[in-house]
Amino acid sequence: MAPVVQVQGLRKVYPLEGGEDVVALRGVDLTIDDGEFVAVMGPSGSGKSTFMHIVGLLDRPTSGTYRFAGHDLGSLGPDDLADLRSRALGFVFQAYNLLPRTTAIENVELPMIYARVPAARRREAAMEALDAVGLAKYAQHQPNQLSGGQQQRVAIARSIVNQPQLILADEPTGALDTASSEDVMALFRRLNEERGMTVMLVTHEPDVAAHARRLVTFRDGNIVSDEPVREKELV
Amino acid sequence: MITLTQTLRLALQALVRNRSRSLLTMLGVVIGVAAVIVTVAIGTGAKTSVANQINGLGSNLVMVIPGSVNTSGVRTGNGGASTLTVQDGLAIAKIPGVSAVSPQVTVRTQLVANGNNWQTTVTGAAPTFTYVRSWGVASGRFFTQSETDSAAKVAVLGQTVVNQLFPGSDPVGQTVLVKSVPFTVVGTLTAKGQSGAGQDQDDTVLMPYTSALERLTGGTSIGGLMVSAVDAQHIDSVQSQITGLLEQRHGIVAGQPDDFQVRNLQDIAQAASATASILGLLLAAVAAVSLLVGGIGIMNIMLVSVTERTREIGLRVALGARGAAILRQFLIEAVVLSTGGGAIGVLLGVLGAASIAVFAHWPSSVPVVAVVLALAFSAAVGVFFGFWPARKAAALDPIRALRFE
Repeated sequence: MAPVVQVQGLRKVYPLEGGEDVVALRGVDLTIDDGEFVAVMGPSGSGKSTFMHIVGLLDRPTSGTYRFAGHDLGSLGPDDLADLRSRALGFVFQAYNLLPRTTAIENVELPMIYARVPAARRREAAMEALDAVGLAKYAQHQPNQLSGGQQQRVAIARSIVNQPQLILADEPTGALDTASSEDVMALFRRLNEERGMTVMLVTHEPDVAAHARRLVTFRDGNIVSDEPVREKELV
Repeated sequence: MITLTQTLRLALQALVRNRSRSLLTMLGVVIGVAAVIVTVAIGTGAKTSVANQINGLGSNLVMVIPGSVNTSGVRTGNGGASTLTVQDGLAIAKIPGVSAVSPQVTVRTQLVANGNNWQTTVTGAAPTFTYVRSWGVASGRFFTQSETDSAAKVAVLGQTVVNQLFPGSDPVGQTVLVKSVPFTVVGTLTAKGQSGAGQDQDDTVLMPYTSALERLTGGTSIGGLMVSAVDAQHIDSVQSQITGLLEQRHGIVAGQPDDFQVRNLQDIAQAASATASILGLLLAAVAAVSLLVGGIGIMNIMLVSVTERTREIGLRVALGARGAAILRQFLIEAVVLSTGGGAIGVLLGVLGAASIAVFAHWPSSVPVVAVVLALAFSAAVGVFFGFWPARKAAALDPIRALRFE
């Protein structure tokens, strides 16, 4: 089976008018296999967010190759990328990004609309996803009736509802207190262990990264370390 | 491509999330369309009633009035000449295609009767008047040919005069002093209402033209001739024959201006309908302006909405929405706003027109075409003014959109 993510020599340069170009990625090589749980760490400006956007098919590299689940992405147009995002990727954001005044279950159904899942199957799949994050009984609640931790779990339900090949989480605990962070990270871990879901998580908190099984560290547009997480050390 | 119904649902959900703003945004189109429907309804009603009134005058009517006279360079207006005579009328009656002729002698004078007095227009006419003007008698009878021949002192009253001089009593058989001359009331006319020009046609008294000439004006010239053609097809030929006949009788040679004018009501009807058409164009222009303003309102709110929902758009793109799906959603939101506004506006406009008809007794009718056009126009406004904001939304960079605060 092809790796979920396979990048080689990935460079991203932002041209600046009248000044020096900003080089966000300076030739990154990384492979993420199916079923991995990878945490990406690094200080601000290290290139980790740019890397995540490229992996998430929201941005294109300046040079280098990126194969997603065996697809060569260079030849795909914006609509193909959008379709691939809807089927094969799940996003979780720091600010949850739930639609306001919309029930939890309708929020979870949203990716299925864009993936053209028949309406009859959506409700069932959304309910299953909410059940998987432990919020089945909150299906009819709107975001402002839920705590931050609960909102993020709804967002996670939304990210897994299409059974994606990769879940991308961008600082998913950034807005949460310690207890909620632990809940959310335990949930990611459970989804990874029990359902074999591939997760790539961007964070700058070591405690959060410790829940992953592999830790990749960025600095100045390069990967400076890539190692398995040794759990005992961090407890 | 996600289906249209699905996009419609997404758009409706988004609009319902912002209920009060959506309603306020619609308001511009609502008011514009409602105003258009009401004005069109009133305009159509007025046009219909003008057409009815013109037909009520007798469509086959041809009017002959004296022309202008030039005395030492001073020209009077039409009707200033005193060249038209009863004999002209008798000659015209012999023209083929003419079914009836009635002279018209009008005098404005004071009436006294029953302890009341009232100033009105006295019209001297022939017994053919009832036929020529298609105007019936409500009570009593019209004056006869022998009363005309003998210049009898008989009068027929219009309803307004009846109400002023004989409120609550029967005027037939009573005496009216016209310019101090006693006249016997032999009948009353049916109510005819306002003329197309807004005059009260019932504020009149009719008497034989002979009586009017002998006892009121003391001359032989008449104010005009009412000629009835046998049918509408004969109006043009009757008109040209009258012109030829009168030029000959009045000794007018070619190149000289006529001292009379021949008009038919068809011309007036055409002028009225032309006026109505211009009015219609004017209304359409007002409608276009109001819908334009409503459309700009929608565009404004849609632009605000795109900015405000930048993160939502970023999210939708991240979740796999194609650019076209975003564009369609925002376009449909704009169209739903404008068409919804148009529908509410039509409803309010129809209610408004109906209540004006009931409370102000103003005739009004809402043409189906106006409703269909108003709805089609408001939908077009949505597409036109929604397109730019929708394209802006679809062109957003998802990464920036997701970070947007």
